[in-house]
Amino acid sequence: MDRQLQVCCRDVVIKNRQGLHARPVMQFVDIANEYEAAISVRKGDQTVDGKSPMEMMLLEATQGTSLRLEAQGLDATEAVEALTGLIERGFDED
Amino acid sequence: MKLSDFMIKEAIIPELQASDRNGAIRELIESLARAGAVDPGDADALARSVIQRENQGSTGFGKGVAVPHVKQDRVKTMVGTIGRSSRGVDFAALDRAPVYTVVLLLSPSEDPDRHLEAMENVFRHLQRDNFRRFLRQSETVEQIVDLIEEADEMPAA
Repeated sequence: MDRQLQVCCRDVVIKNRQGLHARPVMQFVDIANEYEAAISVRKGDQTVDGKSPMEMMLLEATQGTSLRLEAQGLDATEAVEALTGLIERGFDED
Repeated sequence: MKLSDFMIKEAIIPELQASDRNGAIRELIESLARAGAVDPGDADALARSVIQRENQGSTGFGKGVAVPHVKQDRVKTMVGTIGRSSRGVDFAALDRAPVYTVVLLLSPSEDPDRHLEAMENVFRHLQRDNFRRFLRQSETVEQIVDLIEEADEMPAA
């Protein structure tokens, strides 16, 4: 199959009560790093690198926070789907 | 929120004796207990839960720093402290590199939002190359306290 550069963007809301704390951040970053696509996460006007755990901790994304996932690359769509799934499952917490 | 709001300066350890992760965590919690920030009777249980938490996923986020922490009912007020190791501690960090600065944070379980706010604060400073470098080079409690106070005076981004 011919693979093309993709851009994918999705809005998600943090569901788990503990918010985006250290363990979910690590889960997120681990999955993000499985993809070639560049991944950024936006909260309001703040944008961080979705592959950097330290930057992800800066989002201070509590329960109910809206985030925008943006990916660019050959596997951008798959990356965004995998990460959206993780957030929607509440990081398998609670 | 400022680092000084929860960092217990009296418990700072400028040179950790332990060279292993569990030892470093115990040393910092015992130091918090000696400083009166943690009930000495709770120290052992708290150390065990931080270690258990660490086993579930390392808080060695890379760049020579680890932020072991736990949210627990025994903790009434959020407290934290810093330990430095010149030899480095193996925290099974994401980048597999040794950890030279350990920031320990204990939070009450009922307020996850405040815990996240404190973590954001810690990482905002750890993110800066200079803060990490100066922390790693600090040899005394006073130097580390100065760094914390300077960090607190910086505008929040």
